[in-house]
Amino acid sequence: MLTYFLRRVLYTIPIAIGVSLVCFALIHLAPGDPLSAVMPEGASSETIASLRSFYGFDRPLAIQYLTWLTHVVTGDFGYSIMTRRAVLGEIGPAVFNSLMLGVAAVLIGFTVGLLLGLIAGYAAGSARDRVVTSLAVAGVSVPHYWLGMVLIVIFAVNLGVLPATGMGAGGSTNFAFDWESLKYLVLPAISLSVIPAGIIARTVRGTVAEVLKQDFIQTLYAKGLSPRRICLHVAKNAAPTVLAIIGLQLAQLLGGSILVETVFSWPGTGFLLNTAIFTRDLPVLQGTILVLAMFFVFINLIVDLIQSAFDPRIKRN
Amino acid sequence: MANLSFDVLDAAPTGRRPRSRSFWHAVGRRLARDPMTLTCAAILSLILFAAIFAPFVAPLDPYRTNITHRLLAVGDRHYWLGTDELGRDLLSRLIYGGRMSLFMGFVPVFLATVIGAALGIVAGYAGGALNMAIMRLIDVFYAFPSVLLAVAISGVLGAGLVNSLVSLTLVFVPPLARVAESVTTQIRSQDYVEAARATGATGWRIVIGHVLSNVAGPILIYASSLISVSIIIASGLSFLGLGVVPPEAEWGLMLNTLRQSIYIAPLNAVLPGIMIFITSMCSNLISDGLRSAMDVKV
Repeated sequence: MLTYFLRRVLYTIPIAIGVSLVCFALIHLAPGDPLSAVMPEGASSETIASLRSFYGFDRPLAIQYLTWLTHVVTGDFGYSIMTRRAVLGEIGPAVFNSLMLGVAAVLIGFTVGLLLGLIAGYAAGSARDRVVTSLAVAGVSVPHYWLGMVLIVIFAVNLGVLPATGMGAGGSTNFAFDWESLKYLVLPAISLSVIPAGIIARTVRGTVAEVLKQDFIQTLYAKGLSPRRICLHVAKNAAPTVLAIIGLQLAQLLGGSILVETVFSWPGTGFLLNTAIFTRDLPVLQGTILVLAMFFVFINLIVDLIQSAFDPRIKRN
Repeated sequence: MANLSFDVLDAAPTGRRPRSRSFWHAVGRRLARDPMTLTCAAILSLILFAAIFAPFVAPLDPYRTNITHRLLAVGDRHYWLGTDELGRDLLSRLIYGGRMSLFMGFVPVFLATVIGAALGIVAGYAGGALNMAIMRLIDVFYAFPSVLLAVAISGVLGAGLVNSLVSLTLVFVPPLARVAESVTTQIRSQDYVEAARATGATGWRIVIGHVLSNVAGPILIYASSLISVSIIIASGLSFLGLGVVPPEAEWGLMLNTLRQSIYIAPLNAVLPGIMIFITSMCSNLISDGLRSAMDVKV
C-alpha cells in the first residue's frame, strides 16, 4: 500500500516538471516580443533593452526557465505586464471563484448524473434506459456556452427571476453565502454542470449494469438479501470508477470553465485567462495556466490514491 | 472474441446464401439495423451536403450586409431564419458555417489519429526506453485539462484557422496515443505475434499485418467520439475570438457576434448553437452506434 502511494506521489514530480516546462515554453511560442503589448510606439532601443533585462528576457532560455521555476516554487509568479500587480494576487481570488463555480457545477452534475445513471443502470435495455441514455448523450453534446446564453434568455430576459451576468449586485465580487449572492451562481453552475452530468450518468449506468451482471449479485439474491442491502454492494463496487470520474470532472471544469465564465462574466480563472490573452499579458497567462494545470495534476493524484485505497486490484497493475 | 460471436450469428440458419464472414461486413449489417445511428448519419450527411454545396443550396449571399435589415425576426418572408446584427441572411450563414465547423470537427481528429496512432504503436511495439520517452511526454500533455490546453495554445499563437487546427490536434494526440499504446502492448505479447516473429516476419510486417488491424477498431471508435468534442471546442475557440476571424461564417463566431443582440433578438442569437448541438449530438450517437456494432470497449 505504502509503496504504491509513494511511487504514485513520486511519479507526479516529473509530470509537474514537464507541465512547468510546457507553461514556460508557451510564452516563447508566442509570435513577437512579449513586451510589444506594453511598449509605446517608437520606443527607443535603450528603453526596450532595459525593459527586456528588467523582465529577464535577455538571458539564455535555460537560465530564464530555472530562474522562473525557483521563483514560482516560492510563490513568486512575477508581475502582470498590464496592471503591474503581483500575478499570484490576481490568480488567488480568481481560483477561488472558479473553484466555487466548479464545485457547485460538480454537485449538480453529480446529483443529476448519479440519479439518471442509477435509473438507467438498474433498467438496462428498457425504454427508461434509452430515454436516460439519450439525455446523457444530449448533456455531453451540448455546447455549454450556448446553453448559458439560452438560460440567460429564459431566466434573466423573459422571466427576470435570475441575474444574467456577474457575481453580485453592481459588479461586486464579494461573495456571501446568502441567496442574494447564490442567485448569481445558479445559471453558470447549471450551464457548467451538463457535461459532467452526462458523463457521470453514462459512467454510473455502465458500471451499475456491469456490476449487476456479475455472479456474486445472483448469489446475494439467492442468499435472500433485501434489494436495499444488494444496492449497497452495487454502490461499493461501482464507487471507485464513479469517484474517479467525479474527481476528473472537477479538475476538467476548473480549466474548462473559461467559456461559461466569459458568457456570464464570472470573475474566475477563465475570465482572467481571457483578459490576459487579449491584452497579451503573458506573465498572467503563464501563471494562470500553470496553477490550473498543477491543480489538475494534483487532483489526478488524489483521485488515484483514493481509488487505490478503495480498490486494491489497482495496485497490482 | 468479437469475431467468434459474429461467426455464430452468421452461422444461424437464415435460409439464404451464407454471407461474407468478414468483420466489417458484420459491422455494416449491424449498423443497417440500427435506426438511431442511421437517422443521425442521414442528418449529418444532410448538413455536410449543404455545407459542401453551400453556393448552390444557400438562398442568399452569406456575406452581404444590409444595415436596414438588421436582426429581422425568424420567419421573415425574404430571410427565412432572419438576419444577423449586420443584416446578413442567417440561413445562408448557417449553411456556409457548416463548412468551417465540420472541417474543425473532422480534420484535427484525423490528424491527431494519425499522429497519436503512430506514436502509440511505436511506443507500444518498441517498449523499453523509447516507450518511456514517448509516453512520459504524452503524460505531460495529458496533464492539462483539454479546453485549457486548446485555449492556452490558441491564445498564445493567436486567432486563425491554422492555429486552431494546431491546438486542437495537440489536444487530441495524447488520449489517442494512449489507446494505441495500450492495445499495441497487449498484442505484442500474443502468441500469434510471437509465431509470426518466429517464422521470420519483420517488425514492419508484424506492425502492418497484426498490430494495425487490431489497433484500428479501438482507435476508430475513440476518434469518432472525439469529433463532437472537437466541434464544441473549435466553436468555443471562435466564440472566444480565438478561432476563425470575421467575417467568416462559422457557428461559434456567429454565436459570439450575435451574443450582443441576445436581448433584442434572442431566437436569432441562439440559432447557431442549435446547429452545433445537432451536429455534435449526431456525431456522438453515430460513435455510440459504431461502438456497439463493432463491439469494442475503449
